[in-house]
Amino acid sequence: MRRPRLLYVPFWVTYVFLYTPIVVLVAMSFNAGKSPYVFAGFSLKWYGELAGDATIREGLVNTLIVATGSTVLSTVLGTLLAVGLARHARSRVLDALGVLPAVLPDLVLGIGLLVFYAAVKMTLGLHSVLLAHTVFGMAFVTAVVRTRLTHADASLEEASRDLGATPMATFFRVTLPQLAPGVAAGALLAFTLSIDEFVIAYFTAAPTTPTLPIVIYSMVRFGVTPEINALATLLLAVSFTVVIVAQRMTRLTESLS
Amino acid sequence: MTSSTVSGATAGSRSHRSRVIGRLAFLGPGLAYLIVFLLIPLGMVLSYTLFRRGRFGGVVYEATGENFTRLLDPLYLDVVIGSLKLAGLATLIALLVGYPTAYLIAQLPRKWKTIALVAIVLPFWTNFLVRIYAWIVLLSGPGLVNSALVKLGLVDKPLELLYNEGTIVTGLVYSYLPLMVLPLYAAIEKLDPQLREASANLGARPARTFMSVTLPLTLPGIVTGCLFVFVPSFGNFVIPELLGGGRSIMVGNLIRDQFLNARDWPFGATLSLALLAVLIVLLLLQAWSSRRA
Repeated sequence: MRRPRLLYVPFWVTYVFLYTPIVVLVAMSFNAGKSPYVFAGFSLKWYGELAGDATIREGLVNTLIVATGSTVLSTVLGTLLAVGLARHARSRVLDALGVLPAVLPDLVLGIGLLVFYAAVKMTLGLHSVLLAHTVFGMAFVTAVVRTRLTHADASLEEASRDLGATPMATFFRVTLPQLAPGVAAGALLAFTLSIDEFVIAYFTAAPTTPTLPIVIYSMVRFGVTPEINALATLLLAVSFTVVIVAQRMTRLTESLS
Repeated sequence: MTSSTVSGATAGSRSHRSRVIGRLAFLGPGLAYLIVFLLIPLGMVLSYTLFRRGRFGGVVYEATGENFTRLLDPLYLDVVIGSLKLAGLATLIALLVGYPTAYLIAQLPRKWKTIALVAIVLPFWTNFLVRIYAWIVLLSGPGLVNSALVKLGLVDKPLELLYNEGTIVTGLVYSYLPLMVLPLYAAIEKLDPQLREASANLGARPARTFMSVTLPLTLPGIVTGCLFVFVPSFGNFVIPELLGGGRSIMVGNLIRDQFLNARDWPFGATLSLALLAVLIVLLLLQAWSSRRA
């Protein structure tokens, strides 16, 4: 097919626009000088500073606790809900409720939970962030597992029931094994989203229990430092690796099936 | 085998009972969670719009309509309209840049297509704050853009590139452009190339083919992409705060301030309701346009 020449201009503008800030950020993280703007030779010293920063380490630990806990909770709740919605209820209202947390603006969910926690007099901490992140994590797990369920063979489950298996036995021995890739993908999504989530955590965390995004936010508000460049570069490296590995894995499973 | 030994009546009631148990076991935990942590909080926010603020934050349960009259105060109405403008502008720019990009990606050979798409999505999977921070590094007084401008002799002294509405729009486009390109790509990819060929064979110029064939057929993708960019832009408070200089420029900042600084929860709730109302109208428009397509 013909590719109009003129289209290459906005095409390359898009990629230059997307990657220039990232490239500058990464380059400046290896800057030997103190200025975040003038490159004065290669150095890893800001990465060393980073390793010794207790605030960042604490934020990272908090984030991992919240992400792990909310991923476990949202994977269990979301998988059950997806099966329930697909096999045990035919209701568009319930379907809509299941995806509502994913489409609701994070700001509204954040203030809603802030108001709710205040009303039930729950103290804020890591648990309040964990419970909040489960709300949207669950919606994403439900959506991914449901997509998988529409491809799963419902007649296998019917056969299991006809042969006298209890709903639980059918779920664990027939439905779940078919859903496993969807459950894993949903869990990975919930984990990644929780690690990066800022707005909801900002409203539901206690000042003493900041997650990593909250730590970054307060650092960025304070101004540009080479240390943030180093932290940002590490985070970029982690997410780039995860995306590329996930991409490779999906291609692998696609070629196997 | 077990089921064949029991009588029809018991089998019927047993299957009815197991259906009820199944429903409870699967739907119960998730729905209970959503009721407690989603519906009740949202219901509380909505109900707060009707009450007065407490003297030290919180609410006093005295019915009032003053929150809604305050919403019409030009001071706040301007912020809402300003947010609509900034989010709308970001959406328009994302569409103008995103459409040709998605169009070209759809024509690439298979291998390059995958790479081009991953390269679009990759920045989106990196921490949101890191991406905003990258722009501060780039645009601040002594930053790269300014030093380049000075060195090229285009300006005498560094420009104030940060902390204005243009910076906010740039940040919004940068953050949500992938959400524009992906639905556009999906819509363009689905297009049957024969339709365009037929149009060309019948004598239509490329521009005419684009306006009467390609554009109408990809309209659902355009609407979805615009919605994906507009919705997170309109309610944003982080980008206007970090790139806009910390003033309450967008409705998201205003809501945040009502809850965390001014401690006027009822008015904050009313602003959130206004935010939701705009988004619901847009979602209804999208549903309507996709039903027509």
